Amino acid sequence: MRSKGAAIPYVIWMALFVVAPLVLVVIYACTSRDGTPTADNFSVMLQYAAVFGRSFWLAFIATVVCILLGYPMAYILARERGRLRSMATMLIMLPMWMNFLLRTYSWVFLLERNGFFNTLLSSIGLPKLDIISTSGAVVLGMVYNFLPFMVLPIFSVIEKIDGRVIEAAQDLGASSAQVFRRVIFPLSLPGVLSGVTMVFIPSVSTFVISRLLGGGKKLLLGDLIEMQFLGSAYNPHLGSAISLVMMVIVLVSIGLMNRFGEGEGEAVLL
Amino acid sequence: MKKNTVLSRAFLFLMFLFLYAPIFVLIVFSFNDSKSNAVWGGFTLDWYVQLFQNQTVLTALRTTLLVSLLATLAATVAGTAAAIGFSSMRRRSRNLCLTVNNIPLTNPDIITGVSMMLLFVFAGQVLADLSAWLNAQSWAEQANLWFNFSFNLGFWTLLIAHITFDIPYVILSVLPRIRQLDPNLAEAALDLGASPLTAFRKVVLPELMPGIINGALIAFTMSIDDFVISYFTAGSQVSTLSMVVYSMVRRRVSPEINALSTLMFVAVLVLLIAINVRQARQDAARQRELRSAGRV
Repeated sequence: MRSKGAAIPYVIWMALFVVAPLVLVVIYACTSRDGTPTADNFSVMLQYAAVFGRSFWLAFIATVVCILLGYPMAYILARERGRLRSMATMLIMLPMWMNFLLRTYSWVFLLERNGFFNTLLSSIGLPKLDIISTSGAVVLGMVYNFLPFMVLPIFSVIEKIDGRVIEAAQDLGASSAQVFRRVIFPLSLPGVLSGVTMVFIPSVSTFVISRLLGGGKKLLLGDLIEMQFLGSAYNPHLGSAISLVMMVIVLVSIGLMNRFGEGEGEAVLL
Repeated sequence: MKKNTVLSRAFLFLMFLFLYAPIFVLIVFSFNDSKSNAVWGGFTLDWYVQLFQNQTVLTALRTTLLVSLLATLAATVAGTAAAIGFSSMRRRSRNLCLTVNNIPLTNPDIITGVSMMLLFVFAGQVLADLSAWLNAQSWAEQANLWFNFSFNLGFWTLLIAHITFDIPYVILSVLPRIRQLDPNLAEAALDLGASPLTAFRKVVLPELMPGIINGALIAFTMSIDDFVISYFTAGSQVSTLSMVVYSMVRRRVSPEINALSTLMFVAVLVLLIAINVRQARQDAARQRELRSAGRV
């Protein structure tokens, strides 16, 4: 088929609604309210270094917890035989397809001061816990929301490992720990890398989870950006600068990570 | 690999419990005849009745369905055309287009949202300035013309945003189908005297159909599910269902949101099952085809 022309409308659409908005973010980030070029937005941002630190730190913890919980889960699932294994993908994906506001809300519902857990605790005579509105609750929300994004790519990579490779290692005298460390784990790294990307990016940029589970007290980057565009602190120039810096840090760290993992094969996209 | 021990089975069970229990509790308490979110007061459907009398929810439902359907329709047509166009491009320009196409998929949602909001607000401002300038012209005054091109965030900006993030999903599910396409088929149709349009409609399009329909289904679920991008591009007058959920959660009106959650969960479940059944049927059909081809 010779039909390059068919792409022209979409190329124009992309230029208008994908590229132009990002160019505007850069322009807004580098100008002040009256339109003159300035670097003030970036120096003002230094005040918010703590927010940057907290966002990246919490997203990092959430990603590590997702690996620690998600890797064994994917590994065990991939070793299952029969029905459970064939249903595994579906079972992991189902919560992922549920609206993430509702997933987050379910934890608000469970953890509230007079919520499900606390009533359960006090009914058996234990003191109430104040889990909601802490950083722990925010990390819990991130792990709960994004865990399937970690499990699924790892599962699909381990599942595809050729059984003969493992048998060869065993024939050559490797113990099962060695087989895992020297064969299975290195082969599964691409899955881990794409899982990390898919957990870290939404975690670091969320504002819903911190607003609903963190009680809006401890700001994250997402909250900060949201406030500059829709909230009380209306200042799209500062908001654009924060967005730009966040985007650059995220892209650079993901790029570095993929470069680091390049020897292990291509990262798999879902 | 060795078989799983009881311990690892138990771990698996706990993980699935962790993933599913919160949703399950939410669903159970949507039938609770008490405002409390911990004490069971008997079975009721009151919250569902209240939900269907809530004008805000109904309006938002209508907006969500309308935006999702229109965006899916537009994205499916545009995405299919774009995928066909991409596949006949030269390698370098195709790679560039695919990279830009991937931006909305990899960028954090909040950045896609705020950048589009910036564009819409900026364009609205420019058009408002343009109208004011035109209105100040003497010829406009003499002809008794009054220009007003300005616009605010609302339904149309929401729709544009949805189309923009839906198209990449359609393209990604149509492109593999195009790669599998036998180029001789379309040529054969042309040789047999079909016009290019007929050849496309009767030969190429049916071959691409499974990819197109899968793409449309994914785009539709993405649109229904989206919150962050809608939140920034819909303005203050229009709300989608997700936006209503967000404001309900912030105001803590619990049993009604539980009912809404349950309905949305069931809707997604039905969609997902539909997609999977389709997929399974296609796979089975392909296997049958392969088997019968082998026999001949």
